[in-house]
Amino acid sequence: MSELFHAVAQSIHQDELCAVVTVLSGDEIGRKLLVRREGNADGGESSVAATGSLGDTALEQAAIDCAAEALAARRTTRVSLPVEGQEWDLLIDVHVPQEKLVIVGAVHIAIPLVSFARELGLYTVVVDARPIFATQDRFGHVDELIRSWPDEALQEMNLNESSYVVTLTHDEKLDTPALICALDHPVGYIGALGSKRTHAKRVTALREAGVSDEQISRIHAPIGLDLGGRSPGEIALAILAEIVQVRNRSKEAGT
Amino acid sequence: MKEILADIDNWQQAGKQVALATVVQVYGSAPRPLGAKLAVSEDGAMVGSVSGGCVESAAVQEALEVMETGRPRLVSYGIADETAWEVGLACGGTIEVFIEPLDW
Repeated sequence: MSELFHAVAQSIHQDELCAVVTVLSGDEIGRKLLVRREGNADGGESSVAATGSLGDTALEQAAIDCAAEALAARRTTRVSLPVEGQEWDLLIDVHVPQEKLVIVGAVHIAIPLVSFARELGLYTVVVDARPIFATQDRFGHVDELIRSWPDEALQEMNLNESSYVVTLTHDEKLDTPALICALDHPVGYIGALGSKRTHAKRVTALREAGVSDEQISRIHAPIGLDLGGRSPGEIALAILAEIVQVRNRSKEAGT
Repeated sequence: MKEILADIDNWQQAGKQVALATVVQVYGSAPRPLGAKLAVSEDGAMVGSVSGGCVESAAVQEALEVMETGRPRLVSYGIADETAWEVGLACGGTIEVFIEPLDW
């Protein structure tokens, strides 16, 4: 009992992309199949593996093909699938990994940013090597507070399309290595705090480190939508608004 | 889904039956997308949402029945539907919800 559900829950907890196929009508109503990708998740020829049963082999094969498409589009769909003269009413429920906001720099702006992001359902991580900034007092509300060098911490994370990275330290020694690491992953958003002049200096440093202009253009800087605000809360809101905009536009583009 | 897992786990650990309601079709404007979920325990507690508030109580009733019969069902809530009119799907859309016992 609940064996398949536990496998689904485990996939979700491990931030793994997966699809649950459910038969919505007929004699086999309620039957399920869990479909996951195998091997390398980012690109290339990835195959899928299925657990569970829909009660019919031909149906299962057709459902797995549909699920593979839905996984690629990262989109839940309802399909009517004709198999051997019968129409099957199926839901292909795609679970995308938990969205994660990684904040480099336990600075003042990060405090409201964590609050707003959590309200939107994002898992929040703050990384800073400086013990005066990264305190439990300031960040009691964050999901994870990591006291280490940001690039080292980022290297350890499973950064994917559902991860958003922002650098807020104003300190090149912390921000630049973190940006290089983030650019090395297929993350959904990268933003860097700082004026146009600061960013121009940053671009030079990144180029010197061998990062291509194409990669550098993935960085949103100056960070955030232009709301005209100055306070930490207003800047945090502008950053999060931009993340939501980028996220939603890329979802639309994927359909 | 992730946000409802902890409650489901607690209910199951306590030996309670659980039913799951999932939005499987959205017509017109509806507040919750395809795949949105509501979990209901056998004593009527709920977590998650399928409509942003307007049809939850009706869905909980269906979920309690589904736990009793052990048989999943497909339910439609919308303007054309009298029940939905009573529960007030104010947004004007129609949604179809699949309600099933969590026994898989």
